[in-house]
Formats: sequence, C-alpha cells, structure tokens
Amino acid sequence: MNRPRHMKTGTRLAIFGLFVALVTLTLAGFDQFGVFAAESESAVDAAASTGYGPAPKLTADDYPTIAGVNSRVAVWVFAQLHLWFAAFVLAVPIFVFIIEAIGMRTRDKRYDDMAYEFIKVTITAYSLTAILGGLLIFALILFYPHLITYLSTIFKESMFYYALLFFAESAVLYIYYYGWHWLQGGFKKWVHLTLGLMLNAVGTTLMLLANAWLTFMMSPAGVDAAGVFSGDAWAAIHNFLWNPINIHRFVANIAFGGSIVGAYAAFKFLTATAEKERAHYDWMGYNANFIAICALLPLPFAGYYLAAEIYAYSQQMGITLMGGIFAWLFIIQAVLIGTLFLSANYYLWCGMGRSDGAKRYTKYIKYIAIVLVGAFLVWFTPHTLVLTNEELKSLGGPHHTILGPLGIMPAKNTAVNLMILFTALSFMFYRRANKIATVSWVKAGNAVQVALYSAGIVNIMFLGIYHGYFTNTVYKVAASIPQVLTTLVIMVVSITLDSFIYRGAKEVGPLRWGRIPARAQYALFLLAVSFTWLMGLMGYIRSGIRQHWHVLDIMRDASPDAFTPTLGYAANVVSVAAIIFMAMVIFVFWIAQVGSNKTLPAGYWKE
Amino acid sequence: MRQFLAVVAFTLLTIGFFAGYSNFGIPQIEPAPPPKEEKLDLSSMTMDQFIALGERLFNGKGTCTLCHNALGRAPMLGTIADAVPKRLKDPRYTGEAGDIEEYLIESLVEPSVFVVAGFGKKGTNDTESPMPDVSGGSIGLSEAEVAAVVAYLQDSGGAEVTVEIPQDIDEEGDDEEEGEAREAVNDPKKLMAMFTCDACHMINGVGGDVGPNLSKIGANRDRAYLRRAILDPNAEIATGFEADMMPADMGEQIYVKELEVLVDYLAGLK
Repeated sequence: MNRPRHMKTGTRLAIFGLFVALVTLTLAGFDQFGVFAAESESAVDAAASTGYGPAPKLTADDYPTIAGVNSRVAVWVFAQLHLWFAAFVLAVPIFVFIIEAIGMRTRDKRYDDMAYEFIKVTITAYSLTAILGGLLIFALILFYPHLITYLSTIFKESMFYYALLFFAESAVLYIYYYGWHWLQGGFKKWVHLTLGLMLNAVGTTLMLLANAWLTFMMSPAGVDAAGVFSGDAWAAIHNFLWNPINIHRFVANIAFGGSIVGAYAAFKFLTATAEKERAHYDWMGYNANFIAICALLPLPFAGYYLAAEIYAYSQQMGITLMGGIFAWLFIIQAVLIGTLFLSANYYLWCGMGRSDGAKRYTKYIKYIAIVLVGAFLVWFTPHTLVLTNEELKSLGGPHHTILGPLGIMPAKNTAVNLMILFTALSFMFYRRANKIATVSWVKAGNAVQVALYSAGIVNIMFLGIYHGYFTNTVYKVAASIPQVLTTLVIMVVSITLDSFIYRGAKEVGPLRWGRIPARAQYALFLLAVSFTWLMGLMGYIRSGIRQHWHVLDIMRDASPDAFTPTLGYAANVVSVAAIIFMAMVIFVFWIAQVGSNKTLPAGYWKE
Repeated sequence: MRQFLAVVAFTLLTIGFFAGYSNFGIPQIEPAPPPKEEKLDLSSMTMDQFIALGERLFNGKGTCTLCHNALGRAPMLGTIADAVPKRLKDPRYTGEAGDIEEYLIESLVEPSVFVVAGFGKKGTNDTESPMPDVSGGSIGLSEAEVAAVVAYLQDSGGAEVTVEIPQDIDEEGDDEEEGEAREAVNDPKKLMAMFTCDACHMINGVGGDVGPNLSKIGANRDRAYLRRAILDPNAEIATGFEADMMPADMGEQIYVKELEVLVDYLAGLK
C-alpha cells in the first residue's frame, strides 16, 4: 500500500515541477535568464563582427507572382487557418488535462469520458494544423522569399527546434490518445495525466517559439537599426511584445477551444435521439461553455495589457492601433465581444431551466440583461478618432455630440468591467439555482455578497467617471488598473464566500440534464462563430498595425500589397477564411464520429 | 440532415452579419498608401515653399499630428517661441542647443533631452519621451525634411524663421543619379510628388495653399495655359497669389513627355 502512495507523491511532485516550469516559461518569459537580455544591448554593438548583413531593402521585383495568385491574401488565409487550428489543438489538451484531473480527484467517470471525447474530436485537427502550417511556410517561401530568409537567419536555431518538437508533440499525443483506455487506474492513470501535462508543455513551447517570430516582426530586438543581427537569438526571441502576446494567446486559445467543443456538443445535442444522449451532450455543452467563460472573463484584461505594451513599445504604433486607421476595427470588435458575452450569458440563463430551484433567481435576469446591453452600447460608442476628411464627413464631426463622451476609454473600461462582473453574477446565480444553503449565517453571507458587489460597482463607476471626466488626458487611463483589481477582488472574494455559504447545501432536486431549449444550443454556435471571426479580425489588426513594414522600422514591405486595405476588404477575407475553417471543423467532427461507426455487411466476408 | 443544414445556415448568417456590418455599418476608409521616398529639389525653393513643405511633413509623413493634437497626447507646439528659452534654462534639459532652431532639431531627433512635465513615458518620471527619433524608423525624415519641419515650427510657433534651406545635402540616391539621365515618369501623381507641386498646390483636399487650388483647374483653364503656367509661372499670376513663388526653371527639369502627362492630368481635373 505504501509503494503506490510513494509513487503518487513522486508523480505529483514531478507534475508540480513541470507545471511550475510551464507557468514560469509562459508568464515570466525566462526572466531568470534576464541577464542575457541585458547583455543583448551591448551585443548589438558587436554586430559588425558577427558576419550578419543588414535587412534587405526590397523592390516590387523581389516578390514573385505565381499563377496570378494574390500573395498577401494567400499567406493571410493560410496563416489564419493555421492559427485557428493551432489555437484549437493547443487549447483542448489544456482543459482535457484539467478535466481528467478533476475526474481523478472526484472519481467521477463522466469527467474522464468527457475528456476523452474532447481529445477524440480534436485528433484529426492535429494533422490539419500541420498541413496548414506547411502550406503557410511554402507560401512564405514562394511569395516572400527575402522575408523568410531574413527571419530564418535570425531564428534558425528556434526554427530547427520547432520542427523537432513536432516529433515530441506527435509522440506524446499518440500515446496520450491511444493509451487513454490502457493507462487507467492507480499509477497508470498518473502516468497518463503526466503525459497530458507533457503534451501541454510541448504544445505551449511550440506556441512560444512561433510567437517569438511574429512579435519580432512587431518589436524587433537583437538587431540594430539596419537590421544587422547581433547573434543573440535569445534577445530576438525575448522581444518587447513576446510575453504580452504569449499571455493573450494562451488565455484566448482556451476560450476559443472551449467555444468550439461547445459547438460540437450543441450539434450532438440537437441531433441526439435518446434522452440519455441528450443529457450527456447538454452536460458536455455546459462544461465547454464554462471553460469558454472562465477564459473569456480575464481575456479583456490580457488584451488591455497587450495594447498597453504595444503603446509602450511604440506610441506611434499604439495610436495607429487605437486612434488611427485601425480604431474603427475596435467598433467591430465591440459588436463581437458584446455578442460573446450576451450569448454566453443567454446560455447560462437557459441552462437554469435544468433546476427546479432556479425560479428564485429568474426575476434578476432581466436586470443583468439590461446592464449587459447597456455596457455593450457604451463599448460600442465611438469617440474622438484621428479622422480623415472622409471619416469626418461620414461621422458628421470628430465625435457624436451626445454619445461621444461615452466613447472615451475610461467609459469603455467601466463598461467592460461591469460586463465581466455581471457575467460572474449570472454564473453565481446558475450555481445557486439548485441549492439551498444550510449554514446558519446565510443571511449575513448574502448581505456581504450584496455589499461587496454594490461597493465594487460604485467604486468602478466612480473611478471611471472621476478619471474619465475630471482629469486631463494623461491620467484618463489611470482608472483601468484599480478597476480591474476591483473586479478581480469581487470575483475571487464572492466565489470564495459563496463556496462557504453553500458548503453542505441541500439540493432542490436532481439537475435535469437535457432540459434546455434547442435555441440555447444556438447560443453555443453563436459563441463559437463569433470567437472564430473575432480571432480572425484581431489577428489582422495585430499584423496590420505594422502597416508597410515586414519587420517594423527595419525591413520595409515593398510589395504591391504593402498598402493597408479597407476594413470591409479585411472583413471579407476574414469571413471567407472563417467559412473555410468552419467547413474543416465540421469535417473534423464528422471524421471523429465515423471512427466509431461500424457496418456489418451481410454476406460480404467469408464465414 | 435538417439540423445540420439549419446550423450551417445559422453559421453563414452570423458570418454574413459580421461581414455586412464591417462593410456597410461603419465608414469605409481607404487608408493612405505607404509613404514614398521623395527626391526634394531644394535649389529653387523659396522660404514660403520650404515652410509649406514643413507643414506637409508635419501633417503627413512626419505623423506629428498623431500626438501633437487637441487630444492632449503630446504638448501643443503653437507657443514654441516662448516655451523654448525657458526649457533651455530648465535644469531637466540635458541637450546642447543654444537657440530655438538647434533646440527644435534636437527635439526632433533626440526627443528625450527635454520632456515636458506629464508627457514622459510611464514610470520614467518624465526623463524619457515616448516620441521616436523622426530621422529613423518608420518616419525616416531626411536632414532637409527635418529642417523644413523646423522652419514650419518656427513660423507657426511665432518665432523668427532662422533655419536655412539646405542646398548641399545629398539626398539618398543622389550620387547614383548624378550625371545620369533618369527615366521619364509616366504617372502624373508621381510627377506631382517628384516636383513637390503639392507642397504649394492643393488637389482634392491634399496639399498646401501657397499656390492656387488645382482641384478643378481643368474646368477653367485650357492645355496651353497649363503648359505655359508650368514652364513660365510668372507669365500670369492668379488673383490673390504672389509672383516668384513657383520655381521658374521647371522647363529645365521636366521632360517634354512628362510635361504632357502633367498637362493631361491637370486638364482632366474638372
């Protein structure tokens, strides 16, 4: 008996060690090697002795035209499709790992089955990710040979290791997936969970490497003003925007992955014929939505951090992003974020129908809906943008005379914090719906919850109004951090407090999984489609703010496509790519189902 | 199958809505094309033209107005004549300029030598400016262009314009082109940029106002007039404008073929 326990402890320690390493790599960005970054500045001075040349100065003749293909659109679509699939296959193992661990902790086999189903439906997506990655690299080599040559000169080691890591990724994935039913129970299960962690470690490392290349193009480091590489590869990898992108993508990938598997569960629910099957996919859809919401809540903060870091790196690029030609894209983004929050909340509200005790809370839903719509409208309001004459004519002035004041960043920050808080409140009501608290201090606990939310909302609004309208421009964004902290404190304290209030709570009745209207499943589809489209749009913005530079300020894009397209054009490319992606996702889900179908043709085989 | 088709239709409708909103719900702006490397002909430029060039650079290629605007992202520059002498005496000033002209040049290429209180990078206690060196990176103003911006800032800021029009600056590529015949340019807009016509003449809202607005010049003037106005600009001066403002040696700079391209273009502006 002692031996397995010892093994368990050892494995736990190993997992913990790997987890710490993974988190450190992701969040701290190898800061323990910060000395290398410091050295890199002086290394640039020695660039002349490194043997590297400057970034090439290109002309339009340096961009091959092949079979009349629009090179920018080809690379754009391949990159976007690759990114969607990569985000999906990186995200799913993260929450599969967590769900598997929950199953082990609770010994509830439903979690293990759901984790397996999640990984099963993504397995084909791995090969599609690799195929699309291959298409992307071939397109870059063919259409942008000088750019890829320059980048591969700087990142040759990391590109090589990136390719090798695919072997590790594939090996771990295959053992993890095909070994699922083999590695069950006791120590074997711990081994399997460790494989899941390794899969995530390798996948995240792949993402970190690829992020280094793209962020180098936005905030080049390890090179001098002419693009001469100092030879310090770590400096180029650990460039200014690397970690902000790493964090943003890590969180966004999870929300995206959750929304896609949610769509899978929704479709299976709609097509299920048996009650048991419907209940299973309802439960699966709920968990997928839960995962998406959990990642969706911190995502605006990660996005804000990324935008602030872009601004800190280059004020010019920051203003181009938020106040220049890309500013209108954030109005489209507001529509999409509003759609995401409303659909996620709507699904939760519909899901309250699973419990007979939900009636106690349904009267509050309309108020949450009003706040969400109001917050969405504030976020949606444009204010003073750096406008061209045409834009001024279209808008009738630099900003709307009545609604304009709502368009400033403090108002939008206030709106998004309220949106997040009220989504958390929706979720709290959902959790409470089927429970009756039994602790003696339930009234006091509820009073504290009300006081906490009330004080927090007042604080968020006060900060937004004071900094937004009673300070000068320089201090307008000063409200953002205390607002975010207020929101986070409310969420953490309220969830913690609620868990104590409902410790040992009675259940109103069994949760009736499957008792949810079909229209709620369309909320899950809306979530997945909106997320996909939003990722495409934000990917375009991230790449587009470099404008006519391959590598900002160092390597100019001299191709005929160096111009920034209109927003409609960009939206059309994103839409076509999103339709292709959705078609491929349907194929992935279909093929996962085909694997479990069996046909027994009578009389075909010899008896 | 019905459910499948319903989901597909729902997905397409959702994507269609997002695409439709992006195309028709917000103004469709045609962003400015990437800036082009322009070869400046400073030899025949008057100071007014030079200041007008500076203004164009300030509002255009220099991207100065992204921050130096009423939104308060960076200090306004309208009172630079009063502000600079005080800044030069400020203990926080770390540069070496001795007068307004030197200070302005310094502030364009080394913005951190003096940061106006409240406008520094976050966390630097106003010791580091968020402004980039305008002579490098994505802005990349040449020495002559920096001088033109300084002339404009002096003029608009109420200071005496002391900067001189550079005459002996080798713009990039000059060495290669010197003594060699260049290829004729067939694009009228390129010609306008090459001869910096738009530094003084406005066409469709773009350009300076030192010379007459050419947006509808073709409606009022015939080709012969236009040809003569280019080759001999002082032959007839438009009402409200001064003589000797436009280079008189255009005939020595422009090819005959280019002249006709330009005349065709201007005659078509109606």
